[in-house]
Amino acid sequence: MSKVRVLVGTRKGAFVLTSDGKRKQWDVSGPHFAGWEIYHVKGSPADPNRLYASQCSGWFGQIIQRSDDGGKTWHQPGTPPGEAAAPAGPPKSESNKFAYDASPETGKPLTTHQWYDGKQHPWEFKRVWHLEPSLSDPDGVYAGVEDAALFRSTDGGQNWQELAGLRGHGTGPRWQPGAGGLCLHTILLDPSNPNRMFIAISAAGAFRTDDGGKTWKPINRGLYSQYIPEPTAEIGHCVHRIAMHGSRPDVLFMQKHWDVLRSDNAGELWKEVSGNLPTDFGFVIDVHAHEPETIYVVPIKSDSEHYVHDGKLRVYRSRTGGNEGEALTKGLRQRDCYVNVLRDAMAVDSLDKCGIYFGTTGGQVYCSADAGDSWAPIVRDLPGVLSVEVQTLP
Amino acid sequence: MTSNMIRVILPPHLRNLAHAGAEVTLEIEGPVTQRSVLDALEAHYPMLRGTIRDHVTQQRRPFLRFFACEEDLSHEPPDALLPDAVVSGKEPFIVIGAIAGG
Repeated sequence: MSKVRVLVGTRKGAFVLTSDGKRKQWDVSGPHFAGWEIYHVKGSPADPNRLYASQCSGWFGQIIQRSDDGGKTWHQPGTPPGEAAAPAGPPKSESNKFAYDASPETGKPLTTHQWYDGKQHPWEFKRVWHLEPSLSDPDGVYAGVEDAALFRSTDGGQNWQELAGLRGHGTGPRWQPGAGGLCLHTILLDPSNPNRMFIAISAAGAFRTDDGGKTWKPINRGLYSQYIPEPTAEIGHCVHRIAMHGSRPDVLFMQKHWDVLRSDNAGELWKEVSGNLPTDFGFVIDVHAHEPETIYVVPIKSDSEHYVHDGKLRVYRSRTGGNEGEALTKGLRQRDCYVNVLRDAMAVDSLDKCGIYFGTTGGQVYCSADAGDSWAPIVRDLPGVLSVEVQTLP
Repeated sequence: MTSNMIRVILPPHLRNLAHAGAEVTLEIEGPVTQRSVLDALEAHYPMLRGTIRDHVTQQRRPFLRFFACEEDLSHEPPDALLPDAVVSGKEPFIVIGAIAGG
């Protein structure tokens, strides 16, 4: 029987939740890396036992953790699993070194971006928001970081190199941080074209490469953001999340700061599909594993009140690729609820029926084993949830 | 060249990362300074690289402090000699995180 493994990053550690295909009874493991912020944990599609985690702290900076046994044990890539290096050994680990590429070879080494006051500000690494393992190589993994840049490791997270063409493509000096920082939070890999990927940055927008990350172009046409001086500008939009169904990688769905949108041509043009949502502000968006036109969002009241609308925790499902949404409420709190669901905190499994998962800033992780028709909490009292991923295992 | 056994106390999160106890002992050859102590610490425990000093700038991370002999040495030059009591092993060199409440 198939199993699922849910990987949860929280403000104070990581948790691994496992169940069989019924998704009724759950085992909870954790906290791993207790006391640290875990922005993201994700498994390799090429080897489900290979997991990567972003562990960080305001005191001690960034740590990358790796598990080769499905989350039972962890180590920092480049150091022996579970051990200190031999005293006589040379330093091995640079797994937490994210150095921006300022080499002349990249053509235009960037040193500044726009700051909140409109002045130029040095690019400074703060943390890894998102880890996206390669679709085919367990040792390959991308990292989206703050201040916004894209890094890649090809040796299992031991060393990281920036794909500097993104910051250097021309608009970088005009990128400006949102309230959460200048973060690269979304990385989508096209399963049909290894040279194409999509990324999103708050508050610069969405970008696409068609040559494996050497060159990039903004893909923000059709976005309208009233909160920036030029609402239809090429860059400057606060994109919160992009989602794709693997069978149709040219169709993208976006939850922007305000507005839910879709593109049917790999981001060349977006159109709004917010439809009947009670509010079109939000962070997460995801796509059903077997129905490419079925999407899920969690409406949040507003940009100044980051909690669910009307005190009700509601997931909205559209079976028409947007516009026509239905509120999914069975099993979810429908009064006095004021949690948020952050941008990396929703995931879907590939079982039949499709499982939908999300975590809240209040520490609940919910599962629907019937594509959203009904929900039950897996856990209720974790630290605030930053990210949720799920693996469907044989 | 003379060598000295230096005691270093780490904050709990770094002990966990290093799989070490609260206090580690390091053999330092030559001058005992912040830089030589931290170089030796990172050589023994490479998982601590970047957690005390920034990888690129080698600057002390802003929310960490260095104490010894009831003195705050955080703003001393990295190549300044540490107090004799640290060099002799009588007192430890302490890496401590800034207190944050809430």
